[in-house]
Amino acid sequence: MKEIVVIIGGGIAGLEAASQLLKLGYSPIIIEKEDHLGGKVANWHKLFPDMTPAKDIVDELIASSKDSNIFLNTEISFINRLQDSYNIKLSNGISIMTKYILCTTGFRLFEAEKKEEYGYGIYNQVITNGDLEHWFNTGKDERIENSSMQAIGFVHCVGSRDEKARNSQCSKVCCITAIKQAIELKEKFPDAQIYCFYMDLRLFGKKFEDFYIKAQKDYGIHFIRGRVSEVSENIEGKVIVKAEDTLAGKPIKVTLDLLVLMSGMVCNPDTHKMAGMMALQVDSDGFLKSHDNVFHITSSTKKGIFYAGACTGPKTVPETLAEARSAVLDIHSQIISGQ
Amino acid sequence: MIYQGKQKIWSDYQKEIPDDHWYYVRSCIRQNFFPGSERMFLEICKDVLGKDFYENEHHTTCGGIAYHCDTIPQETAMTIVARQFALMTEAGYENYVASCITSFGNYTEILETWNEFPELETRIREMLWKACRKEFNKPKYLAHSSDLIYKYRNEIAEKAAFRLVNKKTGEPLRVVEHIGCHYAKMFPSKGVGGAEYPYVLAGMIDAWGGEVIDYPERRHCCGYGFRQYHVKANRGYSLSNTHKKFESMEPYKPDMIITNCPGCPYFLDRWQYVIAEMEGKTYGQNGFGIPVFTYEEVAGLVLGYDPWDLGLQLHQVAVEPLLDKIGIEYSPEDKYKGLNKKDIMRPELPAGIKCF
Repeated sequence: MKEIVVIIGGGIAGLEAASQLLKLGYSPIIIEKEDHLGGKVANWHKLFPDMTPAKDIVDELIASSKDSNIFLNTEISFINRLQDSYNIKLSNGISIMTKYILCTTGFRLFEAEKKEEYGYGIYNQVITNGDLEHWFNTGKDERIENSSMQAIGFVHCVGSRDEKARNSQCSKVCCITAIKQAIELKEKFPDAQIYCFYMDLRLFGKKFEDFYIKAQKDYGIHFIRGRVSEVSENIEGKVIVKAEDTLAGKPIKVTLDLLVLMSGMVCNPDTHKMAGMMALQVDSDGFLKSHDNVFHITSSTKKGIFYAGACTGPKTVPETLAEARSAVLDIHSQIISGQ
Repeated sequence: MIYQGKQKIWSDYQKEIPDDHWYYVRSCIRQNFFPGSERMFLEICKDVLGKDFYENEHHTTCGGIAYHCDTIPQETAMTIVARQFALMTEAGYENYVASCITSFGNYTEILETWNEFPELETRIREMLWKACRKEFNKPKYLAHSSDLIYKYRNEIAEKAAFRLVNKKTGEPLRVVEHIGCHYAKMFPSKGVGGAEYPYVLAGMIDAWGGEVIDYPERRHCCGYGFRQYHVKANRGYSLSNTHKKFESMEPYKPDMIITNCPGCPYFLDRWQYVIAEMEGKTYGQNGFGIPVFTYEEVAGLVLGYDPWDLGLQLHQVAVEPLLDKIGIEYSPEDKYKGLNKKDIMRPELPAGIKCF
């Protein structure tokens, strides 16, 4: 009999894990609360640094995991721990017995309206990175359609590296995402002046630095080191941003047609609910706590429960996919060793 | 502007304000700047609304200006405040309301500091005992007096003789609300509506029929700022702050400004004269300025009090065009008559800004 592995979350980590488990001859079951697979990446337009269409990645992952049992629009009602297995009751009434659970519950974007000074939800022309990706995908957003789009700003680190927001962690992908989105906007509005307000740029990944240089040299995007202090709206409905240019040592004020807030990655609240059901440890940053952060990132402290992707912290797409494969290898090792 | 977004924030920042029984402390400077305001506050609360408000002639400054100017150490400011609380305790009150924004900020900061560092509170209690043999309870509730008028805004609206509406057109007056910096910028949760989009004055404007203007420099300091104005060399900076605010609000054509701080109405009022003299520019209509009021003065006007009993003749910017717009009757002859019709003398009128 094929071993059943329950994957909680049908984002890219869950899909990649299911695909690998199928190759190894197991029976993965994907439980997804939304009505579609692909998670947050399914809502994204292009991926840095090669501008790969996100849809291509998600479609490929869905195709390679299609032989899994997949429950959409389904949530976990409860999980009971038995002697050497888990009984999972789903919201559709189905119960599953398994020895192995892989959590791939991902993240959610920080609620930008909590940073009240930036005016998201107050001023029309303030949007988030998520809103912008939606516009890239659908072309529908009155805030962009009805604007001259001559000047656009990006605020990095919204709700990340921010003690006041209770998220001290770096969200890791926002710097490079802002650069990607700025380039995409510049391609659509070549005459626009684009400003990125940053604390410092954390461009650690392969080709990230090249991408940053390209944004400056080829696209003329302005990078201003300094935090935005406040955002307001003028009588024409444009956004006025006050910030400090810490390199020039001067306060600055710019009037923009659109301000994009780079909301950071924070732990999905559903993850906490699930952690409560299985008595899993939550780390100080709100994400799930791995067994340790060097050797066993994909392992929990509970037997048979594994992690992959952004449920343990902010990650890029390649990191998430690599972690999914790693988690599958851990599960496989445990199964064949009979533990 | 997404009004529902502001409503969401306002609902997040509502503070508990008891309806009655308050120990009231005055501001050091308000009685000189706008002498009718504190008297009107007590009259509205006690006589119009029938609430219990008590004040004690033995209270002093809170020490806030000296504290913010670095001329006294924090322990001294705390001991002064401890004495104020002792007076409240002796009078049998638990709710403490301050007329001054800086005092409110000072009290809030001190109470929060004592919560974080109880050993400091113990030391202050010892210092107060050594200094004047007094003991105190901390207030159960702390409020700024604008919180109370906000609390009573609907009761005032029910008794109103006038609304903040243009009598001829029926349109709401366009009102700028200016919040004192020390109200909620230090402790957002202690202010009605929070720090970024305070509702304390906007709520009054809504209740009394006006329309609130949100302009780009709404959050900016009025220009008073202790280290701006009180340091003589920095007074140009004080003026430039005020100038920045007026330039920002000008396109919205405001009818009036309401404030809740001792310094703000003074500087927003008086610097309009200076700007007119220096730049030849006025921000109201037909060569007038934009009249600036305390919230108590506006409450008094809404309730039908005589503008000169409210002390509006001490404003630099003429209030008459606004009174005409609302339809409030007044006697021009009585403008410069004091108590018992005593002549308080007419000031010399400026050349750059129209006044009566």
